[in-house]
Amino acid sequence: MRAVTLPKIGTFEAWRDAARGLLAAGIPPENVLWSRGTPERDLFADPLPALPPGQVTVPKSFVSLAQQVIWHRDPERFARLYAVLWALRENRRLLEDRGDPRIDRLNRMAKEVGRDKHKMTAFVRFREIGDREAPRRRFAAWFEPSHFILEPSTAFFAKRFGDMDWSIFTPDLSAHFEDGRIRLDEGAPRPELPHDATEDLWRTYFRNIFNPARLKVKAMQAEMPRKYWHNLPEAELIPELVAEAQSRARHMAEQAPTLAPARAARVTERLRAEMATPPPVDDRETLEAGLAGCRRCPLWEQATQVVPGEGPLDARLMIVGEQPGDREDLEGRPFVGPAGQLFDQVAARAGLDRRAAFLTNAVKHFKFAPRGKRRIHQSPGRAEVQHCRWWLEQERALVRPDLILAMGATALESLTGDRRNLLARRGRIENLADGTPMLVTVHPSYLLRLPPPERAEAEALFEADLRDAARRVA
Amino acid sequence: MNAMAKLSVSEKLAILSDAAKYDASCASSGGQRRDSRDGSGIGSTTGSGICHAYAPDGRCISLLKILMTNFCIYDCAYCVNRVSSNVQRARFTPEEVVDLTLEFYRRNYIEGLFLSSGIIRSPDDTMADMVRIARLLREEHRFRGYIHLKTIPDAAPELIEQAGLYADRLSINVELPTDRAVKDYAPEKNPDQIRRAMADVRVMKEARKEQSYTGKRPRRFAPAGQSTQMIVGADGARDMTILKTSTRLYSSYRLKRVYYSAFSPIPDSSAALPLIKPPLMREHRLYQADWLLRFYGFDVDEIAQGTPDGNLDLEIDPKLAWALANRHVFPVDVNRADRELLLRVPGIGAKTVGRLLATRRHRTIRYDDLRRMGANLKQARPFLTALDWSPRGLDAADLRARFAPPPEQLQLI
Repeated sequence: MRAVTLPKIGTFEAWRDAARGLLAAGIPPENVLWSRGTPERDLFADPLPALPPGQVTVPKSFVSLAQQVIWHRDPERFARLYAVLWALRENRRLLEDRGDPRIDRLNRMAKEVGRDKHKMTAFVRFREIGDREAPRRRFAAWFEPSHFILEPSTAFFAKRFGDMDWSIFTPDLSAHFEDGRIRLDEGAPRPELPHDATEDLWRTYFRNIFNPARLKVKAMQAEMPRKYWHNLPEAELIPELVAEAQSRARHMAEQAPTLAPARAARVTERLRAEMATPPPVDDRETLEAGLAGCRRCPLWEQATQVVPGEGPLDARLMIVGEQPGDREDLEGRPFVGPAGQLFDQVAARAGLDRRAAFLTNAVKHFKFAPRGKRRIHQSPGRAEVQHCRWWLEQERALVRPDLILAMGATALESLTGDRRNLLARRGRIENLADGTPMLVTVHPSYLLRLPPPERAEAEALFEADLRDAARRVA
Repeated sequence: MNAMAKLSVSEKLAILSDAAKYDASCASSGGQRRDSRDGSGIGSTTGSGICHAYAPDGRCISLLKILMTNFCIYDCAYCVNRVSSNVQRARFTPEEVVDLTLEFYRRNYIEGLFLSSGIIRSPDDTMADMVRIARLLREEHRFRGYIHLKTIPDAAPELIEQAGLYADRLSINVELPTDRAVKDYAPEKNPDQIRRAMADVRVMKEARKEQSYTGKRPRRFAPAGQSTQMIVGADGARDMTILKTSTRLYSSYRLKRVYYSAFSPIPDSSAALPLIKPPLMREHRLYQADWLLRFYGFDVDEIAQGTPDGNLDLEIDPKLAWALANRHVFPVDVNRADRELLLRVPGIGAKTVGRLLATRRHRTIRYDDLRRMGANLKQARPFLTALDWSPRGLDAADLRARFAPPPEQLQLI
């Protein structure tokens, strides 16, 4: 029988060294007696001989598991870890078996330690013990964890409270952070910490952030178990808050509505007058105001905003696309998404000045289907194109372009009522009912969907169409 | 105004935390990891957030959640701070907010600040004051803890941009699920403007994700993203309407969370909106459905299958309701089914599915393994098969009754 006594500080490293040695010496788990702190001599225990430092490789997940389990209060923890380490020699993938009782046990212990550590980061309450004006202020806390978790928790507090000195006392050990250095020391009985006025403010906050109409005492206790209450300054309020809750909620419900204060009517009246629609400034504003309030079809419900046409009202060229996409919907401007960027590139090569043209869409709201964090573009239906055509006609009446460039089938459908045979019609001029000439081409998003070899060819044709349009309005 | 000058910080804190408690969000998770280990400041964020206390309403207290002021020129019927309410008014100075945040933080009471405000004078003035508080914390006091700012939808985009550079999270509450309801109960709010503000936040965030050609990383914008809240039970909207609005918001603006807040009695309520007992179970079911949408591969129409009247079943959870309405899919073989199908089994969560898939690579799963892997077998049992388990009674007419709680006598508020 080997007896191994591990120190209270640096327990994990000591266990790891001992386990390496025992493993190298081939000593099976049943022949080792583990303990922590001052050793009590076991009658059957041999003193531990110097063991050769062993080279042991284990799965990474075992190390992180052991680093949690080691702080558990269960006296068997060291032995259980060593037993699994021993078994890992035979079965390297043992840890992946979440049904194995030994692994299950270690995982549950790790979870308990993890929860205790988490609750410590949550429920430690510092009181100020030094001069408020000092360059480094001093704070101290008393905490009673369920497991031996002070050592692995100090890093959290050191990272969080970097510019102040603090001490945390627990029955087992104490931790001190002074001028950026962490020091662990023996435990202490609960120290007398001076009164801290900020605790009264904290209790004021706790009392008032509580909503008495939603009493859920069990939910509170599940997350903030009673064992922590006696070290939480706010917990002394809980019995009273619980007792009063129902009558406070009933009182709110029973109270008749009061008369609004006199100033309310004045404020509301002034505000609503400001909100009333301002008178139109010129035609474009009327058009855009009308568009913003458009409810002709239900697309507005899903969209962020309407995307009106953009460009000078005296433009000689009007370019009509399909509908706003994801980016256009967010920014409120046409042709700013991937298809718009491609359009800009090709237009630049073709000598077409985007800023001189009036760019718009056949449909002014984005139609899509939500898929998790994405919005999938959906082609507008016949009815939506029909409803929105009214707006395209308003824009045409305002701009009265010499040439319209129709990009894609939806634009064609809106302008001519017929979306068929796009590829056969592209590159040609058609005259609209009022005599305006219309040049047909594809939509740039069509190019984005093509595989590279076909795309180069189609993009060249698109470029030729844009060059043609630019030439005709030059 | 004179009466206000006499209020102490403690009195203001009482008024302005009471005014903030109807906002459900208190999360401090997500985003950037920071710390002050080098001693040059105070605070850290670990990425997962900590609840430092729980109030008897079961809600987590993670942040100092306060209003800068509860003066407000809007008249939203559901809100305790509306202009027509007679609640006592107060206003913090920026320095008071900064001081409270830091002193609470140093004592480990909180993870940071969640600052909201009534609308005073103009939206821009209000937003500018909030940005000032965040800047004081970050720049003067080198505060590295969590900051959540409520953005005022009508404020200038430049102010919202600055807010995003100081804050971890931004939020704008849509409050009501339909534009119609906003018009009825929050007549001064403009749903179009709220959507545009959310779109702006997404665009600003994404613009700062792209590295510039010099390879320099731009300052992170709201690293913990944006969220919103909807009040449940104030207007007549059904659960499916609410969930459809949520899916639209998630997909359009990449929201981190949509919070559902059961409409809860407020002091000095409005005649326009009679008080009800807060529909806490409905709120809970909406959160469950929201989780199914985001982490379990369900879509709204599937959730709607188990809900003939457009509202979620209050007695059983939405996943179980879907399973009962789709019994032909079950039983699922835990040793063969793919992840998508395993996620559909009631009583089996995403973590358990992960453990099942890992263990399955080495051996066949038995009934007892499932318990150790964290399955809720009372729910899962009828819907799965394992090496030593096959269920009976999946077709039984009374299967639902076995899960639903016994009928309770109706109770008045």
